[in-house]
Amino acid sequence: MPVSYFLVLSALLFSIGVYGVLARQNAVLVLLSIELMLNAVNINLVAFSALLGQTGVPGQVFALFVIAVAAAEVGIGLAIVILIFRNRQSVDVEEMSLMKW
Amino acid sequence: MNLAQEFSQPEVQLGGIAPELLLVGVALIILVVDASFGRGDNRWYLAGLSALGLAGAAALAIMTWGDNELQLSNMIAADGLAAFSKVSLAAFGLLTVLLGRDYLARDKIEESEFYALVLFAVAGMMLMTAAADLIVMFLALETFSVSLYVLVAFRRASLASHESAMKYFLLGAFSSAFFLLGIALTYGAIGSTNLYGGADPVAEPGIANFITGTPTDDLSLLIVATGFLVIGLGFKIAAVPFHMWTPDAYQGAPSPITGFMAAGTKFAAFAALLRLFDASLFPLRSEWRPLLIVLAVATMIAGSVLAIVQEDLKRLLAYSSIAHAGFVLTGVIAANDRGVSGALFYLATYGVAVLGAFAVISLVAGRDEERVLLADHRGLFYEHPLLTTALTLFLLSLAGVPVTSGFVGKLVVFGAAVEAGYTWVVVVGVLTSAIAAFFYLKVMATMFLQERDPDAPALPVGRLASGVVAVAAVATIGFGLAWSPLINAAESATIFFQSPQEQSAPIPPGG
Repeated sequence: MPVSYFLVLSALLFSIGVYGVLARQNAVLVLLSIELMLNAVNINLVAFSALLGQTGVPGQVFALFVIAVAAAEVGIGLAIVILIFRNRQSVDVEEMSLMKW
Repeated sequence: MNLAQEFSQPEVQLGGIAPELLLVGVALIILVVDASFGRGDNRWYLAGLSALGLAGAAALAIMTWGDNELQLSNMIAADGLAAFSKVSLAAFGLLTVLLGRDYLARDKIEESEFYALVLFAVAGMMLMTAAADLIVMFLALETFSVSLYVLVAFRRASLASHESAMKYFLLGAFSSAFFLLGIALTYGAIGSTNLYGGADPVAEPGIANFITGTPTDDLSLLIVATGFLVIGLGFKIAAVPFHMWTPDAYQGAPSPITGFMAAGTKFAAFAALLRLFDASLFPLRSEWRPLLIVLAVATMIAGSVLAIVQEDLKRLLAYSSIAHAGFVLTGVIAANDRGVSGALFYLATYGVAVLGAFAVISLVAGRDEERVLLADHRGLFYEHPLLTTALTLFLLSLAGVPVTSGFVGKLVVFGAAVEAGYTWVVVVGVLTSAIAAFFYLKVMATMFLQERDPDAPALPVGRLASGVVAVAAVATIGFGLAWSPLINAAESATIFFQSPQEQSAPIPPGG
């Protein structure tokens, strides 16, 4: 199977993630979109790792690192979302406009 | 199973990451100590422990001075750049902890997490400056970013603080994803994420020895990857157009943390940028230079112009920090020895000045940071002459006026860029410095020439915070008058570099 299939899939997922971050208004969905971007990169890493064969182990290890870091980021992100929800009863990023310019 | 059987032990050298290990250890101790004994109102020992840890980390970093090698399977560079950066970052952390102690006690939000998170952040920044592998660089970046997301939200009662944290987090995570994509593409292009690679380019590939051993037409994927790495690091140094988070995050964060972010994040990201571009990717400079020049020019202009209209002093300094990222970028673009040492000198002195400025702002702001507008600083001189003089000094240094350290820093980075043949970038830099001088002068005029608001409450000035201001002021004027020790230290802070299987290439001898 050519590696380009996986790269195209990864690029598509990454682009969907970018679109989600830019277009979504709910902070939780923005967070999900960021996760989508990170996982798109994981597909990339694993595909390249498979391409390299025996010497490609670091790519898979890196994918595991990314999963762990993503979990830590989501932990912090959801904590901040909860903090904001408690104070405003909303997690709409468009409404976060105490500060502008 | 034969338990007596010996295995060959891998070589483990911990010298290169000893400061980080110490800091993480101290941070964990702080959390445990506070959970076990922290019931009293006055928990001075938390700040004391952190200060001791940071001083120890600086000492460990000084002990590696003069080393020039890769450690831990080429993952960590123990070189001059790392040592210089670690000492500077430990100093920034120390100032932040001492300032934070007064700040937290005043606002009654003192928690052990603050100190632990600052130490984790400093450890992450230090690791970032020593990373010789993109995986390590990414982990370090996330370590300090995640700590800072929490620290920005530390003013629990303030909606602005929460909003800052949210914006900083979303854009920071967004930029990390781009940085990660850059790493993955680099991995695909060269089969490794190492910046240097081992002695044998086939068995142990790395960016540096891949470029020198490959015909240029095979480099396209690496060049694309470089673009994504620039986006990721550009967010962290707050280069235009990746600067949108900076004013919001700086405005809502607690002032000591704002200063720490301006000083530390910038330093760590720039150290990584210097290592990546001025050492590993140096042979590809004709490809990345135009990109960085566009970023630098846009950053200098946008930062300086947008700062003029700001009414909030923290926001004003946020835009000024954006402009400063542009000035330092000229040193990166120069990509010569003077550029590297000049950028390091600039970042160290800028960090001290900006921490001092935010120390004064946090004092003037009073409880819950209610007085941070420019108008709140009217006639400050007549009430607090010393604080005002110190803030004036910091602003003069940020503006790059002679006799302050900021002037020397600008002189060196601009000189390096002229040496490399980028005079027009320097002309833009000088012009935008002139624009920037305008809003610094506006702040000074407000403090000296206008009447004090009679309703302004008296300022309680903590001893630690005034000590931080004094130290920063002495350093700012000291390095402005006697700059040679720090410049010499920065010049000896060379980046590890190897030119594998290449006898010709005297590519950057020192960095």
